[in-house]
Amino acid sequence: MGSALIDGLFVFMLAGFIGFEVIRRVSPLLHTPLMSLTNALDAIAVVGAIVLVGEHKSNLSFILGMIAVVAATSNVVGGFLITDRMLRMFKSSRPTKP
Amino acid sequence: MTAEFAGNQQLIEILYLVASVLFILSLKWLSAPSTARRGVLAGEIGMVLAIAGTLLHHGIVDYKWIAIALVLGSGIGVPLGLVQMTAVPQRTALSHAFGALCVTLVGTSEFYLRTPDVPRFMMAVLSMEVILASLTFTGSLMAAGKLQEVLPQRPITYRGQNFVNLGVLAIAIVVAVFLVLHPGAKELFPIMIVVPLIFGVLMIVPIGGADMPTVISLLNSYAGLSAAAMGFVLNSKLLIIAGALDGSSGFILSVIMSKAMNRSFTNVLFGAFGQVQASTAGAKEDKVVRSATPDEAAGILAAANRVVVVPGYGMAVAQAQHKVRELYDALTKRGVDVRFAIHPVAGRMPGHMNVLLAEADVPYDKLMEMDDINSDFPQTDVALVIGANDVTNPAARTDQSSPIFGMPILDVDKARTVMVIKRSMNPGFAGIDNPLYYLDRTLMLFGDAKSFVNSIVHELAGNTH
Repeated sequence: MGSALIDGLFVFMLAGFIGFEVIRRVSPLLHTPLMSLTNALDAIAVVGAIVLVGEHKSNLSFILGMIAVVAATSNVVGGFLITDRMLRMFKSSRPTKP
Repeated sequence: MTAEFAGNQQLIEILYLVASVLFILSLKWLSAPSTARRGVLAGEIGMVLAIAGTLLHHGIVDYKWIAIALVLGSGIGVPLGLVQMTAVPQRTALSHAFGALCVTLVGTSEFYLRTPDVPRFMMAVLSMEVILASLTFTGSLMAAGKLQEVLPQRPITYRGQNFVNLGVLAIAIVVAVFLVLHPGAKELFPIMIVVPLIFGVLMIVPIGGADMPTVISLLNSYAGLSAAAMGFVLNSKLLIIAGALDGSSGFILSVIMSKAMNRSFTNVLFGAFGQVQASTAGAKEDKVVRSATPDEAAGILAAANRVVVVPGYGMAVAQAQHKVRELYDALTKRGVDVRFAIHPVAGRMPGHMNVLLAEADVPYDKLMEMDDINSDFPQTDVALVIGANDVTNPAARTDQSSPIFGMPILDVDKARTVMVIKRSMNPGFAGIDNPLYYLDRTLMLFGDAKSFVNSIVHELAGNTH
């Protein structure tokens, strides 16, 4: 258990740095799609909720898990959908480079 | 049996690993408009792989209800993905609330499944998860309500507000510490949910519309951090990675937004924004403004070589972006160089103006960042301000007593002619008077942004023939 937590901290630290370096380069033009995309990715929390529903260990965890799956799935679907809709709108006046 | 089980487990981990790589690539590709859609695709594939991997999980006995929940969630998600572009800020706030709701509920379930055998470090992380997620839940709902104008947009402040808010948060932390020491005290757990829920409401009460870009970014960051904490609790590296990415994204945006409003970072972290300073309204009566008609404005614009349009929240409220595009087309056709100057905090969320103008088919290479366009204002014939106020206020540069002193602004006052479309002379949201309006080179165009721009477009069309 102890080493799992330490592993987790390493992963968190590295992912935080990667996130920082990658997101720093995102053009301010795309800050709104950035937020909706990270929101959709963050809804990966749905995996925790799916396990709760599927394992059905207690009625409480099953019901809370159901609500959680619904909430997170709506973020997955809605988040990717609106991000793509927004990105499709961004057009350049110059001919697109290959 | 055990071999098969272990093989399954490895497959799940590999799927999660691939999903993590795709998530990182997804954000990397988002950095430029040319690759951004590929980024969305990468994210989608990663998500599908991760969910598929989870369904292979050995403990899952009940697939029917998972399917029902996934279908229900998609049914809610599709309309939320199809909202009008003007509703994107409140949709974003709402999705932060949903994400936080999911994390809160999973954290709560995990606690009741595990109590009283919760190691201390685990309980500490679980407490952090639940506190952050539940305050993000109500905070985001409040923000969405304010943005949708279901709730009053004006900040509500009272004496000792910060003291009350921090006091409420302190209660939650004290309960959390007690639970870390006594993880069997399950009757105390609901307090750790309810108190942060109240704190989330109190936190957003003093926030005004102009502070929304910062607040939404901050809530985004909280949502990410709570998901990362959930990853620790569930021992899921995928969740830790996704949460860390989301957390750092929200963090970076909060920093950019707070810099653009000249607020210190501690100021942002403690949510101590939104205090409305009493506006020092003095000697306003004797100042003179000059106004112009659509006809005159069209004449000046047609005679210009370089025009910079400065959009603000007023353009979004009036839904004027499509008319602004028509104006852009009409002027471009006459050989006028038209560009747009976007202040980082213009609108109600980061990048708000860019999305609205892109929706109206304005090419994105005409949308300029503040630092790139500010040096061009002295060579600009006309700066046309549409529904922006504080981000153009020269008092931020010169007047030390101004509440927004030090905030980086768009230097529209350096343009040869400034035209400001505004409903009336009422000061803007922050209640701060704008000396820009009294300059000799400034013409006020009084009216609704959409109809005024429309009139200008008509005048321009009439003049061509």
